[in-house]
Amino acid sequence: MGMTMSEKILARASGRERVRPGDLVLARIDFAMGHDLTIPPAGRIMREEMGADRVWDPERVAVVQDHFQPAKDAASAALGRLTREFAREMGVSWYFEVGQGGICHTVLPERGLVLPGELVVGADSHSCTYGALNCFATGIGSTDLACVLALGELWFRVPESLKLVYHHRLGPWVEAKDLILHVIGLLGVDGARYRAMEHTGEALGWIDMEGRLTMANMAIEAGAKNAIMACDEVTEAYLRGRARRPYTPVRSDPDAGYERVIEVDAERVPITLARPMSPADTAPIDAVAGTRLDQVFIGSCTNSRIGDLRRAARVLEGRRVAPWVRLIVTPSSHEVALQAEREGLIRVFLEAGAAWTTATCGACLGGHQGVLGEGEVCLSTTNRNFPGRMGDPGALVYLASPVVAAASAVAGEIVHPAEVVGEPVSA
Amino acid sequence: MNATGPGSIRLRGRAWRFGDDVDTDQIIPARYAIYSLDERRLGEHAMEGVPGVGPGWAQRVRPGDVIVAGSNFGCGSSREIAPIAIRGAGIACVVAASFARIFFRNAINLGYPIVQSPAAAAAVEEGDEVEVDLEAGVVRDLTTGREHPAEPFPPFMTELMRTGGLVPWVRRRLEERRQGVG
Repeated sequence: MGMTMSEKILARASGRERVRPGDLVLARIDFAMGHDLTIPPAGRIMREEMGADRVWDPERVAVVQDHFQPAKDAASAALGRLTREFAREMGVSWYFEVGQGGICHTVLPERGLVLPGELVVGADSHSCTYGALNCFATGIGSTDLACVLALGELWFRVPESLKLVYHHRLGPWVEAKDLILHVIGLLGVDGARYRAMEHTGEALGWIDMEGRLTMANMAIEAGAKNAIMACDEVTEAYLRGRARRPYTPVRSDPDAGYERVIEVDAERVPITLARPMSPADTAPIDAVAGTRLDQVFIGSCTNSRIGDLRRAARVLEGRRVAPWVRLIVTPSSHEVALQAEREGLIRVFLEAGAAWTTATCGACLGGHQGVLGEGEVCLSTTNRNFPGRMGDPGALVYLASPVVAAASAVAGEIVHPAEVVGEPVSA
Repeated sequence: MNATGPGSIRLRGRAWRFGDDVDTDQIIPARYAIYSLDERRLGEHAMEGVPGVGPGWAQRVRPGDVIVAGSNFGCGSSREIAPIAIRGAGIACVVAASFARIFFRNAINLGYPIVQSPAAAAAVEEGDEVEVDLEAGVVRDLTTGREHPAEPFPPFMTELMRTGGLVPWVRRRLEERRQGVG
């Protein structure tokens, strides 16, 4: 039997001819990432407990100030300082300061730091995002990260693979976000637990790299270890002039083994939202339309790249956010913010009555700049809506695409975007 | 952890029951991530994000108590403060029908005992006195007298958990490299 893309990467990284699901391997890491919540403990464990005095390869490490930065309080400032000092003392090549990076999962792909065929780990659960670029990428904890920083290697259990085949093409108004929410609804929050999610099929060819990153980003919400996609023209075009290292893409063999194959007719996927309090509690927009909102948040590593902001701005252009509703727009990187400025998008948001913030994880994890209070209802373009994720455990969070978010901010309630703009918008 | 004879590790305490899909933000709300380097302080806020539980839960825990939860325990973020907060609260072991993978990895890497036992998760009730026998791979409910099998982990993981987690393993590996054998 042949191997899947995920198996090929783990085999290569562990110096084996082949691996099978269930094998435990010790694998060489190609790139590692940590941020202001995970570098302080990882740095301490690496230096004080493991006794390592340098990182294995400073060229292959990124440190990003994103979660509680710019510092939301004195304790966060202390974590930011420890993060900064670690990066400086270790001579880390890819350090992203406040105002120069943004959210790690947007920054690493946009700077060409995570590449096809590579094995990438990040001390953040949404590190699975990078799999859209044909790498094996997964989230790890701080002790894991300390191990990687000290040795450049880590243990893995080779996951079984689920294959998702997307037929036809997404319909008007329906985005990558709707598709992945639909899939998580089918699988459940542990439906892909410990598994690799391999996304394939004709519909994927129509989805741009930003949409693919959105899809890979949410693999963890179905419990998956990683998401992965083949390297095609869309991938190559994205990497041109961006990739920092030479790379070798991987393809799944025709006779690779899958635990399960799930066929999805993309054409029939409706605009899909997740209802409180689970990303898997999905519903077509008709079922939740009319829900009154207190806050709308467009942000996060899931859905706040430039295309997302363009589509949201098309909806908001010449319109106003509804009275008694607040719209918060947080670009996912400094590059995205700069581009939004060049294109006049920031002006559109400001004129519509939105609050525009600096690039940070911010409200997504209930950190700052949009934390929810008890009983408040929020529609968010983020990835997770478990109780308390965005603030008070009694706050209610719906997950949706940026277009639905922008239209709903105008309407003051969840609404089909066609009711606000008429014609479908594109980036 | 009290060892009762060679090769036998038994943990004994009262059971605290939780449901399915308890995510890391419920185990330790993200706002307490600012205390990432302070296990005691994290422990004070353990499980307070679970709806209906709220602040003060950790103060009712007696050291050695055990969490018994449903499926997909610890889903959500990769933050290692989730198992650390539970340990900091004095919980000796988590028994669950299943674990989310990053929580699972983090616990193993910390050398913190976790036990996968769908049978125990289905049967043990809040307040039951339970004994978790890590070597034998069973959860004994001393209140009901019933014994529930645990699912074995691969030997490498059991070994990591037994030998204090990933830190000693990395120390050995670094030492080997310094001596040029790694």
